[in-house]
Amino acid sequence: MANPASKQKPITADTFLRGLWEENPVFVMLLGLCPALAVTNSAINAIGMGGATTFVLLGSSALVSLLRKLIPKQVRIASYIVIIATFVTIVDYAIHALSLELYNALGAFIQLIVVNCVILGRAESFASKHRLTKSLVNALGVGVGFTFALLCLGSVREILGSGTLFGFPLFGDSYQPWVVMILPPGGFFVTGAWLLLFAWLKERKQRKVTQEKETVHAPG
Amino acid sequence: MAEKAPMIELRTSPHVRRAQSVDQIMRNVVYALLPVCAFSVYQFGISAFALLLIALLACIGTEHLFCRLSDKPTTVGDYSAVISGLLLALTLPPGFPLWMAALAGFVGIALAKVMFGGIGLNVFNPALVGRAFVQAAFPVAITTWTPAFAPGRFTEFIPSTLTLPFTEPVAVTQWVKDLAVDGFTGATPLALQKFGNGALAHVTTSTTDLFMGMTAGSAGETSALLILVCGAYLIFRRMMDWRIPAAMILGTFVTAWGFFLLDPSSYPTPVFMLFSGGLMLGAVFMASDMTASPVTPVGVWIYGLLIGFLTVIIRLFGGLPEGVMYAILFGNAASPLISVVTQPRVYGTSGKKRKADS
Repeated sequence: MANPASKQKPITADTFLRGLWEENPVFVMLLGLCPALAVTNSAINAIGMGGATTFVLLGSSALVSLLRKLIPKQVRIASYIVIIATFVTIVDYAIHALSLELYNALGAFIQLIVVNCVILGRAESFASKHRLTKSLVNALGVGVGFTFALLCLGSVREILGSGTLFGFPLFGDSYQPWVVMILPPGGFFVTGAWLLLFAWLKERKQRKVTQEKETVHAPG
Repeated sequence: MAEKAPMIELRTSPHVRRAQSVDQIMRNVVYALLPVCAFSVYQFGISAFALLLIALLACIGTEHLFCRLSDKPTTVGDYSAVISGLLLALTLPPGFPLWMAALAGFVGIALAKVMFGGIGLNVFNPALVGRAFVQAAFPVAITTWTPAFAPGRFTEFIPSTLTLPFTEPVAVTQWVKDLAVDGFTGATPLALQKFGNGALAHVTTSTTDLFMGMTAGSAGETSALLILVCGAYLIFRRMMDWRIPAAMILGTFVTAWGFFLLDPSSYPTPVFMLFSGGLMLGAVFMASDMTASPVTPVGVWIYGLLIGFLTVIIRLFGGLPEGVMYAILFGNAASPLISVVTQPRVYGTSGKKRKADS
């Protein structure tokens, strides 16, 4: 793959970290909220969904990147969808074979990875313009970021909603579960709370930066 | 001093006849709520008192905390958080675990009020959002009722009240049995009507008892009479729009009457509908939330009638015996739309012109 004449920028840590934090698909870009809200009622489901999505992301990004010069511009979206659907089918069968329990828990949302805009977004805006390795690194970053976000949601909802984490009871028998947390409204509550927390942290950081600037410039 | 020359005072609109500040109105609402609180303490004892206190502290504390976090001057002084706290406690069952009440207060204020920008900007009634949250989170605890006027209610707590935070409340069935209160089945009049067996199960509670508040139910919702008197005080002082409770009561009555006429053997009487459950409390103190109700005169009627109608529909056909809370929240959600649709004609313009404009 090495192409010395390539004008593309080299792979940096940012290629990976951007998707994980700065452009986190769920917490920053608010993409792929449908699976993020629907299947995160337990940490296991969240990991399963995140893993499946990451696999599809990696596969589709690789193939799109390899085929980027062959796919005519006019039919690119259709081609991407076919590529994504291929990997979704693979992951669907794989989960079905590996863990029927997880398969039943995730339900239709495995097939719905096809329409997850995080994946199409990566294919359209990154993989179709970059080399294989760079696309892979970027896709992995986004996939890990997505899984991280889902795990954030899933663990909070599982702890509050059933008093367990990854199925292990945390608080003993007398714990009173908050039923609402494993129901759909709980998904919205927890997503909102995390968004609030991140927005607050970000704002505080920015305020600190501007304050520092002001103090530096003030005497001059 | 010389003779005062006759003077005509000229002012531009708005022609305010008397100044009513926010905290003045809110303070009067608190005064109006105090008798209801006192009756609930008299009826359910120290458990109700603890419930009121904790819900109050949770609401005030949450509001203060979020004001601190956002570097704004604290808005606790305008009494609106006090009202939310008291109203929240009054809608909860008397033996409700205190930690759940604190959680309800926190969620109500944080989610429904602070997030929307504080007083004057909330879309929903904060107390009801808090209650809706705990209703969804702890469906068992919030439908566990204890008898009114239990002996020894001023010296001992209802066992579920003092549940440790995050733990399951103890079952009160045995405690209720030991009390041996005549004929108490652990159900409110509404639950008896909805889930009771046999024909005319709903006539088990006499209307007088319902009206005076001698029945089981949430801490402060039982006495229709007391709530109406307190509401009358607010209306008399012009601190509440009388149309909202009137419209809501009318809506409930007409809808319930319609069903009663259709089939008197399976639907309760409209009078029962009016005086049972949280309808009066909801109509007088919750639906009339100034921020979350429409502002136009016609809109207020539509809003009240809609809530009354929905209450009856939820009570008769929903899964829950009580529907006032969801009906009011629904009405809150619809109220901006109602306000927009019922814009009054601007003075000096014709109706047709306005249509062409919009």
